[in-house]
Amino acid sequence: MTLDPSPSQTVGPFFAFGLPFDGGGDLVPPGTAGAISLHGTVRDGAGAPVPDALLEFWQAGPDGRIPSRAGSLARDGRSFTGFARVPTDRSGDYTVRTLRPGPIAHSPEAPHLAVTVFARGLLHHLFTRVYFPNHVEANAADPLLSALPEERAATLMAVPDGWFGGPGYRFDVRLQGPGETVFLDLIGGSE
Amino acid sequence: MSPAAPERRRTEQDEVTDAIRAAAAVDPQRGGHPDRAYAPYRSTGLRAPSQPLVVAPASLLEQTAPVFGAKDVRPTDADLTVHSTGEPLGERIVVTGRVLDRDGRPVRNQLVEVWQANASGRYAHDGDRHPAPLDPHFTGGGRCLTDDDGRYRFVTIKPGAYPWRNHHNAWRPAHIHFSLFGTAFTQRLVTQMYFPGDQLFHLDPIFSSVTDEKAQQRLIATYDHDTTVAEWALGYQWDIVLDGPGATPPDPDEV
Ligand SMILES: [Fe+2]
Repeated sequence: MTLDPSPSQTVGPFFAFGLPFDGGGDLVPPGTAGAISLHGTVRDGAGAPVPDALLEFWQAGPDGRIPSRAGSLARDGRSFTGFARVPTDRSGDYTVRTLRPGPIAHSPEAPHLAVTVFARGLLHHLFTRVYFPNHVEANAADPLLSALPEERAATLMAVPDGWFGGPGYRFDVRLQGPGETVFLDLIGGSE
Repeated sequence: MSPAAPERRRTEQDEVTDAIRAAAAVDPQRGGHPDRAYAPYRSTGLRAPSQPLVVAPASLLEQTAPVFGAKDVRPTDADLTVHSTGEPLGERIVVTGRVLDRDGRPVRNQLVEVWQANASGRYAHDGDRHPAPLDPHFTGGGRCLTDDDGRYRFVTIKPGAYPWRNHHNAWRPAHIHFSLFGTAFTQRLVTQMYFPGDQLFHLDPIFSSVTDEKAQQRLIATYDHDTTVAEWALGYQWDIVLDGPGATPPDPDEV
């Protein structure tokens, strides 16, 4: 039996009281050893910031384990749930505080964060990935990165930049136009 | 067109309605999902990617999904009429249905989130400029977990239609926004549920961005008298089918 899927519709402009939650971007509490800031700006085809986008991140922990713990919406300050959700602010900026993911056993892909982008004006969400430049060998062997032209692969690479509390990475999302982020049509799976 | 109204001036809505019809004449999109670049919805113009999506096998990570549980959701979160000290105005309704994958398997214990306008068509949001009354007893956000059958159930108020600025005299049909997770990251879905028989469907670029008529029907709830609660609330049924391959959550000891 194959059922037809329910079609997507835009998240619209008024998700602010429906989806964001306190601590949505704080995968780890401030001061956590090894915490990084992952931040950036979402821009449209004219290069203007998008102040009404919503980003979701899903990732393994530094040990390469995929979390299976509940509690993302009610953070307890101890459990790493692997899920973050942040709206962009009036300047189109977002920030997530997290730990860099470790390699997942038997995964052909280099360590990455899975990202979903929602916005007013986007009728169907977009998937992308954040990779980290220090995994030189794993990135070179990554099936997606290695299949992309260099300038397109670069749109998936977090760029190191410090922040006041420690190491940080910039990951900008360009929805359209010059430097457009690579967005993914994810297929297959474990069926 | 109609000989009875030869003097009627063409409106901006007429232009949009024509554009909606023109778009519907093009082959439906894969899976019934809307094309991101859809001219009648003007905000897509600068936000839809211009490059084609890059086809990639879902990674081991993307074959899994975040887990939510009892600590994430209070029981009262599913009743949007009890989030204040008093009762909201409007028509109380029950909205329920099942979340399924494409093989018809229920998506169990997974998060369902909703948000909506109040009975007057006004959102409890600073950016909503519609001059309709806010309801001090209605915020319009709710969440719940599906049960072992994949079923969700919300008690709420039927939302009103509301104007927006896509074009002159643009109105959204009444709808409830839904956010859903599956067992795989690839199954993520944000959509809108509509009410049967709405006269605004074919004037609305967002509803009409789904060009396949059968797929449009999958966005519309069914009035269900068995769901209706006597002396209390009208009932609607709406099942949701998540796209993309599902996955069995990995054993955390194996990954
Ligand atoms: Fe809406």
